[in-house]
Amino acid sequence: MAAPMPEGLPSTHVEKKNKKQKKPSKRYWEKTENPDQRKPGEEQSKDAQKQNKARPINRPLKRKKFEGPEQEKLDPFPGVAPVPKERLQKFKRGEKYKWHPDTLRKLKTAIKFSETVSDLAQDQAARFDLLLPEDAGFLEGDEDEDTCTISQDDIADAVDITSGSKYFNLDLSQFGPYRLDYSKNGRHLLLGGKRGHVACIDWHSKDLMCEVNVMETVNDVKWLHTEAMFAVAQKRWLYIYDSKGVELHCIKKFNDVLKMQFLPYHFLLATASATGFLQYLDVSVGKEIAAICTKMGRLDVMAQNPYNAVIHLGHPNGTVSLWSPKQKEPLVKLLCHRGAVRSLAVDKTGTYMVTSGLDRKLKVYDIRTFKHLHSCFLPAGASCLSLSQRGLLSVATGDVVQVYRDVCGSNPLTKPYMAHRLRGQVCGVAYCPFEDVLGIGHGQGFTSMIVPGAGEPNFDALDANPYRSAKQRQEWEVKALLEKVQPDLIVLDPGELGKIDKATFEQRHKRKVESLGFDPLGKEPFKPRAKKKGRSSAGAVERRKKKVAYEDQRDVIRESVQEKMEKQKELEEKAKAMELEKKTALDRFRK
Amino acid sequence: MAASSSLQKTTLSEGSALAADEEELPSEDEPAISASEDEEGSDDERKHNKLLEAISSMGGRKRRKQNERSEASLQVSEFFVNAEGTGEKVMLSDLLGTVEKTPGTSNKTKKQLRKLENSKDTLDLPLNKQETEKIQRAIAFEKTAQEVALWKTIVMNNQRAEQMVFPLNQEPLGPKRVEQIVAGWKAETPLEQEIFKLLHNNSQPVIDPILTPVEEASLKAMSLEEAKIRRAELQKARALQSYYEAKAKREKKIKSKKYSRVKKKKKRKEFLKQFEEMVKTNPQAALEELQKIEMSRMKERMSLKHQNKSKWAKAKAIMARYDLSARKAMQEQLQINKDLTQKIVVHSDDEHESKGKELETVPDFVNDPEPVIDSVNPWMKGQLTCEEPEVSCVTPEDAQTAEEENKEEELLGEFERKRRLRQADEEALTPAEEKKHASEVVGEDVVEIADNDENDDKEEEEVEEEEEEEEVDVSEFNTLFKLMRREKTQEAPEVGEELLEGPNRIRNMEDLEVLDEGLEPQPIVAPSLPQTAVVEATSEPTNKKSKEIDLNEVLTKEANVIKVPFLPTVVEEEHDEQISIIKEAFAGDDVISDFIKDKRKQEAAGKPKDVDLTLPGWGEWGGVGLKPSRWKRSRFTVKVAPPPPRQDQKLPDVIISETRDASIGRHQVSYVPFPFANTDQFESCIRTPIGHTWNTHSAVQKMTKPNVVTTMGAIIEPIVKEDFIKEKTTEKTGTKHSSERKQRRSRKRKNKLENE
Repeated sequence: MAAPMPEGLPSTHVEKKNKKQKKPSKRYWEKTENPDQRKPGEEQSKDAQKQNKARPINRPLKRKKFEGPEQEKLDPFPGVAPVPKERLQKFKRGEKYKWHPDTLRKLKTAIKFSETVSDLAQDQAARFDLLLPEDAGFLEGDEDEDTCTISQDDIADAVDITSGSKYFNLDLSQFGPYRLDYSKNGRHLLLGGKRGHVACIDWHSKDLMCEVNVMETVNDVKWLHTEAMFAVAQKRWLYIYDSKGVELHCIKKFNDVLKMQFLPYHFLLATASATGFLQYLDVSVGKEIAAICTKMGRLDVMAQNPYNAVIHLGHPNGTVSLWSPKQKEPLVKLLCHRGAVRSLAVDKTGTYMVTSGLDRKLKVYDIRTFKHLHSCFLPAGASCLSLSQRGLLSVATGDVVQVYRDVCGSNPLTKPYMAHRLRGQVCGVAYCPFEDVLGIGHGQGFTSMIVPGAGEPNFDALDANPYRSAKQRQEWEVKALLEKVQPDLIVLDPGELGKIDKATFEQRHKRKVESLGFDPLGKEPFKPRAKKKGRSSAGAVERRKKKVAYEDQRDVIRESVQEKMEKQKELEEKAKAMELEKKTALDRFRK
Repeated sequence: MAASSSLQKTTLSEGSALAADEEELPSEDEPAISASEDEEGSDDERKHNKLLEAISSMGGRKRRKQNERSEASLQVSEFFVNAEGTGEKVMLSDLLGTVEKTPGTSNKTKKQLRKLENSKDTLDLPLNKQETEKIQRAIAFEKTAQEVALWKTIVMNNQRAEQMVFPLNQEPLGPKRVEQIVAGWKAETPLEQEIFKLLHNNSQPVIDPILTPVEEASLKAMSLEEAKIRRAELQKARALQSYYEAKAKREKKIKSKKYSRVKKKKKRKEFLKQFEEMVKTNPQAALEELQKIEMSRMKERMSLKHQNKSKWAKAKAIMARYDLSARKAMQEQLQINKDLTQKIVVHSDDEHESKGKELETVPDFVNDPEPVIDSVNPWMKGQLTCEEPEVSCVTPEDAQTAEEENKEEELLGEFERKRRLRQADEEALTPAEEKKHASEVVGEDVVEIADNDENDDKEEEEVEEEEEEEEVDVSEFNTLFKLMRREKTQEAPEVGEELLEGPNRIRNMEDLEVLDEGLEPQPIVAPSLPQTAVVEATSEPTNKKSKEIDLNEVLTKEANVIKVPFLPTVVEEEHDEQISIIKEAFAGDDVISDFIKDKRKQEAAGKPKDVDLTLPGWGEWGGVGLKPSRWKRSRFTVKVAPPPPRQDQKLPDVIISETRDASIGRHQVSYVPFPFANTDQFESCIRTPIGHTWNTHSAVQKMTKPNVVTTMGAIIEPIVKEDFIKEKTTEKTGTKHSSERKQRRSRKRKNKLENE
């Protein structure tokens, strides 16, 4: 009795029930000589009376007969079109709960509702996947042609003008080597020269937004949540400028910053300093959230995990440590290299981490299990690493930038996908989001390099829209601030929030048990019934108790054993089949 | 007067004996009567009355004197008023006395009347107020409960509904047909009438005659009557089943021996009957049964059951001399045996014929080996003509001895095998070791690394010693190590294997050297690279077990060298400088050992410590330099349960912090909410996010739809019974009601408006 169902179209032509019991009623248009023919108006008024009432259930079965031949053709593909399973799998969230048949009804309805709803969400998401039409492609060489030998000029000539214009060089030899950062939507580029030159550009239109010289060493530059503000780590303090180059803040709490990362959903600016401090600045309220003394020396290697906003730091003793603002010790410490760690990069999905060290090795780690997947030896060693949205790895070795494909996987690297030589020592590499472009900051300026297949082809216009207007930006800003994620929630597994806090639960339960004197959630111990004729002797009772002991565990064991048996059976059958295949017709004569 | 009264009495006695009784019984009435009867009165009576009065007055409590009635009496005299007959009841017999005399009345009525007269029953007292009220309340409760129960399903459904839209019973939105909107419309104008006439003549449908799919479905569906019948059937079946179940349960519980005996007998009889029938109808099944019987016969013949050999039977045998029943029981047992071992002969015409044939010529297949029934049983395989195998003649004693011999032999064989295995192991071990020694002498650079790992594997025994001796010279160490190894080869190999798995690995000086080698500046040109690769390749040990754990190996894993099209032309002076600086800075520093130390520290910090509760000096001498005895220490240390295994237990190059981050706990749910029984259920229920960021718009709406929706400005009336409980109300009353309701509502509204 939920919402009153909208009655389809109440049948106004259906006769009353009591009439029907006598005989199937006749329509006035069927038979004109009907003796007690009513006026059409009368009938209508009667019909109108009935319109709010339920339809009588039993009707003359005869009706069916003369409805039969006029039936429409059946739809050969009834219902909505099914979604392919692979696509559904893509949007799957967790496992369904398998309930027992004896679950309570209330619980059953609750679970059922959630299941239907999540199924619906999954199905719809899979259906709407159709609306992401863009696809990424890679550079394909001719036969015997190595894609890494194709020069950028050739590519720029071959592609359309707009794409071709994405390959360009900025000749800035004065204030050299340059660090760079792209804004979140990939529209704006921030350049910071070591000798104090800071410039921000709308690089699509090559529009210079501002250019200043801070007259100090610049260690790193970073965009904040919008293109209206950026942070510059200068020789002593951390400064924040607006897009016109006006200095907004000088934050003296953050000194000797070497590297910075901005966590866009938490509005946190994480800085790593030469004094070994990892500090977090909440940009939305301007407060320092945490200052952690890592006690690991100079911190000049830093990366963020976009999946869980954990900060990765590389250290001179070859370890990589993972940090969250609310914990004073590293979440995880990995020993990656025998020498110092030179550079770090983390995959967009938070699955893989690529490190390079002074031992000239490049290693790929699976950071879900913290296992080493594969490594390769680079003769010159990699000074800068960057992973694109689609998993292309750019490696800067000296004055050469190499791009590798299929890094994230178990198969080892063989040869680069692309390579490009620059005129100076490379200082920073970064992929532009939503573009097939790799920005390289080096001693002689900046180079924008075309890397086909690097960027994510489809962007979420509500999240990061490269083409947004000022109004849209404002709206986005408000929404993003409302949806700001608290720094408390930075943990290794972001799904932690959807789990029950077991420690607190247990603590509380313990206290309750103590106060009550018994366990309210505990199962009542089995109490054997008293039996007569000596069957309630101590031994018999114990035996009976034994029969039901560990019932729950028994089920688990039974299942596992059954599984094992099945597996073994399968294997045996396979082996048998193999044997049968091996047998020849002549085998039967063998003795 | 006395005569008259006696006369009266006689007339009365004629009517009924009861009346007479009643006259005599009420003793209190008597004096009143007598007093009124004779004025002069007898002395006796007066005295008696006085006495009575005196007695009553003595009682203290004064009885109220009944007012004497003096007017109406049986005999009304015209001269005086007398009180005769006061207090006398009008008897039924008085009224019906004439009936007896009238000739026309039937005997039956007379009898009935007489019975009525004889009955002494008086009417019951009416119940007191409380009782009556109680009963009334009970009845009222029942009635209202019935009435309210009608709502049960509706209320339940409403409670369970995902969403309620108020006011209920809303008119459906969307387009309506013309007929619905113009409900009370009649064709009035002549034009309209003419049009309808035309429509009539052409038998055109005024309203769309095609059925809606819902209607079609309802047409196809079962009718209400059918459904009801079906339901009733199902109910009946269910009830029957439950009866049977209950009966079976009850019967199963019966423990009486006699009952079971009778039951068995009955069963047997039934079975026989069935079997006979089966022989006629289904001979194959009968044959199977027969085989079963045969089988049971065989079993019986083999076993000692029913042969009066059991303990019970022996006891009975002793008793049999004196006890007839015991004798009977024994005989019964024997009878059972006889019955069971009796061969069953099925008489059928076919068999008779075949028997006849058999007598004449035995077919060949008799001698053929029987189809193997029991593949395990070797006796079944041989041919009938074959002589019995030898083993069958072996007496049980012989068999036993043979078995014993076999056992001994087996044991011996096993020992021998073990010995051989051990020898082989030793042999396999020593040459490998020797080879290593040889290679060590030859090429130190390459082999040392390989050796290193193996060394590590086998040194676990002196973990603690080693730690202190890290500064010891390489040569010294090597000699010591060789000694150790020799010892170890003589020991059982298993010990080494067990120890292999320890995560704690020892670093030595050689190890450091390897690290240095790795850090030493290498020529950047490509051709020199393979060498280093080779070095690293050799360092990979083959032992699979240690593979998981060996941290050293993790870092020296083989790395494929990549050929790059462009080699950096600019020689990185800065880079080289950096390397040399770092090398200087960290000379003698071992990254790996540092890491391991760090990890060990963390592990130690995470372990709960035992609590020492010993009191020094308690029960023994105490003081400076005196320690409590070992026994005491062990007795009074409380051991804490070991913590759950660390997450990084199997990852040598990883330290995962075990400290719990409490900050996220504030945002988590810390208990399992009501309908959920365990965490899995709850977690699976909230696994799908409900925000716009992750879902399509419609999905979000569905996920977050409110439980109750009310339309703006609409009046929400309480639920009316007629709208929902349709079974009780017929259509007519329903319509009436609804119209009435509407009127009422409109009236209410009007009143409200007026009030306002």
